Amino acid sequence: MSAVTFAIIAILTLAAALAVATLQKLMHAALSFAVMFLGISAFFFLLGAEFVGLVQVFVYIGAVAVLIVFTVLLTRHDQEKTRGFNWSGVVVALAVFGGLIWAITKTKLLQSAPRPIEPITVHRIGELLMTSYVWPVLCVGVLLTAALIGALILVMEDKGQ
Amino acid sequence: MTLSIFLIVSAALFCIGVLAALSRRHAIFILIGIEMMLAAANINFIAFWRFAPSPAQPIGVMVAIFSIAIAAAEAAVGLAMVIAVYRHFRTTNVDQLDQLKG
Repeated sequence: MSAVTFAIIAILTLAAALAVATLQKLMHAALSFAVMFLGISAFFFLLGAEFVGLVQVFVYIGAVAVLIVFTVLLTRHDQEKTRGFNWSGVVVALAVFGGLIWAITKTKLLQSAPRPIEPITVHRIGELLMTSYVWPVLCVGVLLTAALIGALILVMEDKGQ
Repeated sequence: MTLSIFLIVSAALFCIGVLAALSRRHAIFILIGIEMMLAAANINFIAFWRFAPSPAQPIGVMVAIFSIAIAAAEAAVGLAMVIAVYRHFRTTNVDQLDQLKG
C-alpha cells in the first residue's frame, strides 16, 4: 500500500472517467468505461477488500461493459450530433466537487493509518451472507428476478400492433 | 495514505459522473454516469470500513456487494429501456425525446 501505487491508480481511474464523460466516439468512451472500473477494483484491492474487487471486475467488466458495447452497436447510426459541450453540466459538477472537498477538509477525520486486519475470506463472506445477511440476500434475489423479467418484457417485440 | 485522500478521489469520480449524466446527450452515457456515481459511493463504503476503529466486522464490504448487485440490475433494466426507446423513436438522443413537453 504505497503512495506511488495509489497515485498511479488514481490518475488512471480519473483519466478514464474523464474520457467516458467527454469522448465523442461512443465506442471509445464505452471501452474507457471498462478501464475506469478496472481502476476502481484496484482501489478495492488496495483497501484489502479483494472479494469486492473481483466481484466488480466480473460484474462490471464482464457483464455491464459488454452489455453497454452491445447497446452502443445496436443503436449505432445515431451518433451524437450536438458537438457543442454543455457547460452548465461542468458548472454543476464543479460546484458539487467544491462542496464535497469543503466538507471533507472541514471534517475531523481519523488521521491514523489503517489497522492490520485478518483478510476477509470468501468463506467468511459466505457465512455472513447465509446468517446475518440472509434477508438482504433474499431481497436481492427477488430484485434480480424482477429486473430480469422486466428487462425481457421491455425489449420484447409487441406483436399485438 | 489517509482516509481523506480516498474520499477526495471518490468525490472527484462522483463529480465526473455528475458531469457525464448532465452534459452527455446519449441516453446510454447518462446511465454510465449514474453507474460511476454508484461506484464512487462504493469506494467510500470500503474506505470507511477499512479506516474504521474496529474493521473486524466487514459491514462495508457487505454493503458494497449488495450495492454492486443492485447497480447491475439497474444497468440491465436501463439498457433495456434504451433499446425500447430506440426502437420506438429511432433515436437515443435525450434532447429529441421531448414528447411529454407541454
